[in-house]
Amino acid sequence: MKRNLRILLFTLAILLVIGLIFSGCKKEATEIVIGGVGPVSGEAATFGQSTKEGCELAVEEWNAAGGLLGKNIKLIYQDDKGDPTEAATVWTKLITQDKVVAIVGTVMSKCSLAGAPISQQYKVPMISPTSTNPKVTEVGDYIFRACFIDPFQGTVGAKFAYENLKARKAACIFDVGNDYTKGLAEFFRDKFTELGGTIVAFEAHPTGTTDFKAQLTKIIAAKPDVIYISDYYNDVGLIAKQARELGFNGPLVGGDGWDSPDLVKIGGTAVENGYFTNHFSKDDPRPIVQEFVKKYQAKFGKVPDALAALAYDAMQIMLDAIKRAGSTDPEKIKKALAETNINVVSGLITFDKNRNPIKSAVIIAIKNGQQVYQATVNP
Amino acid sequence: MDISTILQQIFNGLQLGSIYALIALGYTMVYGIVRLINFAHGDFYMIGAYASYGLFFAIGTLVASSFSGPTAAIILFIIILLGSMISGGTIALLANQFAYKPLRNKPRLSSLITAIGVSMFLEYFLSALPVVGPSYRGFPELIKKTTYNFGPAIVSNFVLLDLGVAAILMIFLTVLVRYTKIGKAMRAVSQDKDAAKLMGINIESVIATTFLIGGSFAGVAGLLAGLTYPRIYPYMGILPGLKAFIAAVLGGIGNIPGAVLGSYIMGIAETFATAVNSLIGEGIAFAILIVVLLFRPQGLLGEKVADKI
Repeated sequence: MKRNLRILLFTLAILLVIGLIFSGCKKEATEIVIGGVGPVSGEAATFGQSTKEGCELAVEEWNAAGGLLGKNIKLIYQDDKGDPTEAATVWTKLITQDKVVAIVGTVMSKCSLAGAPISQQYKVPMISPTSTNPKVTEVGDYIFRACFIDPFQGTVGAKFAYENLKARKAACIFDVGNDYTKGLAEFFRDKFTELGGTIVAFEAHPTGTTDFKAQLTKIIAAKPDVIYISDYYNDVGLIAKQARELGFNGPLVGGDGWDSPDLVKIGGTAVENGYFTNHFSKDDPRPIVQEFVKKYQAKFGKVPDALAALAYDAMQIMLDAIKRAGSTDPEKIKKALAETNINVVSGLITFDKNRNPIKSAVIIAIKNGQQVYQATVNP
Repeated sequence: MDISTILQQIFNGLQLGSIYALIALGYTMVYGIVRLINFAHGDFYMIGAYASYGLFFAIGTLVASSFSGPTAAIILFIIILLGSMISGGTIALLANQFAYKPLRNKPRLSSLITAIGVSMFLEYFLSALPVVGPSYRGFPELIKKTTYNFGPAIVSNFVLLDLGVAAILMIFLTVLVRYTKIGKAMRAVSQDKDAAKLMGINIESVIATTFLIGGSFAGVAGLLAGLTYPRIYPYMGILPGLKAFIAAVLGGIGNIPGAVLGSYIMGIAETFATAVNSLIGEGIAFAILIVVLLFRPQGLLGEKVADKI
């Protein structure tokens, strides 16, 4: 018994020494470690899978082109399962154990909000590809994002309605119980008025309702050129149907809440002559977009969605910043990130003082039940 | 608001009221006879909508290939109508058999809580069922939508259909309760269960019939709601169910024409209040309800009944 224990202790001691030697080697390795986080499993699994693939593609391209600062880039991708607690755990692991230089992640705002304070505390620059909640970057000066925040879509929608659709009178309808749709409608109203247009009706509806006719009758009586519907696709389908039934034939405009195949299933032909703002369209004719779509398809055998594009962009922005910083010093990377001016798949990106990107949005039209790329609008 | 807008809003209110009325009729009948506020009634309505949806995809192409032109559409609609009634009625019967019947002679609060339990069970069970699932579904267009101009107002055939069906069902129920043998038995059960039993009435079969009819009405309401507002999901019954219940109370719970009257008042009040101010519209509609009930606690058409001692 006693002998066994001695052998066990001896083995453990040897393992410990080997472990120390190897971990020592790791520190001197000639690679730059970047952390990635996304919900690869759980309720938003397709979002996580897309972002992971976007990040992998970007890293692969950089490595093929000679790496970063003369070193190879290594991506360690972690699964947050769409759960804030899990996000905090993997964030701490990436920073304290894997010693990552920067983190690209994560998808959901609630998870990014769990990871951001940890990044800020350890001074590890972070960029979220798709978290749209304004609070995420307000955590601190090490936190950036690659997507535009929600209210921005209202601004772009107003510009599109005024300049491209030549609308002068607009009406809004939104869900009073949802900050996303309310915020979009308010920013649409402000920008449209600022451009010289008139908002003839600004109508709310309660969450979960199916009858919008009272509001729509009022809206149509005010004779708008365009109706801005900032709801999610399932409400949009019903609103569009009822608006058409009440005799409105003009264009309908909305935000990325429209982006679902179910929009046409519920709305049918009523959503024709509808337009919405989105982050990315695979049909955008810009060469950088087409090249990305081609490379993504070759590697993963499918068409990239907006999440893959934004993750690809987020990784590009981060690696570009490290390159310009010329070192892995967090202070310098942070400064370089703030000075970003790079042309990526989702547009030309610079950051405002709250570390939110200033960039263009694409407008997608519904034509014959299909989503068709319509235009790129700059803010 | 000019006159044409007002006319249009009245039609909007009538449409909303018709959907409430279809649900409220079953609600009020079950309450009038069993004295049970059946909170699961809104979910029978949801079942009716899903049954119609499923039937359409199961037999839609078969019917379309066996018959031609408008006959196919009419036959399909009739089959789906019957299907929605049968499914709503069956679920109501099952709920009565397994959840309400064992509690018949227990305190009324127990069956009320059970009704809430049945409601939630149906919602969550269907969400968990893979063939139904929790997400929204677009309802197929069984009947082609056409619109008519009533002066300056635009009215679709769905509004007329909803109004017509609500009226037919109301008349059917009134005749059934007033002039038929089963109606007489229902009234007897509602007045005094024990005396009815002594008179040789099989109370349980009367109550089961009541649930069957009430549930099948809810099923029809589900079908019509699916047509009018073509988006269905497992929780679609909660809000209309609640409003229909309020409408039934407004009209005088247990009173059949009262339920219809209450529903139309609710529908029109909600529409106009929303048109005046969409932020507090529903609040105004419910404030009207409170005021009415303050002055007539028994509801608009309800009768004052002295408490039985």
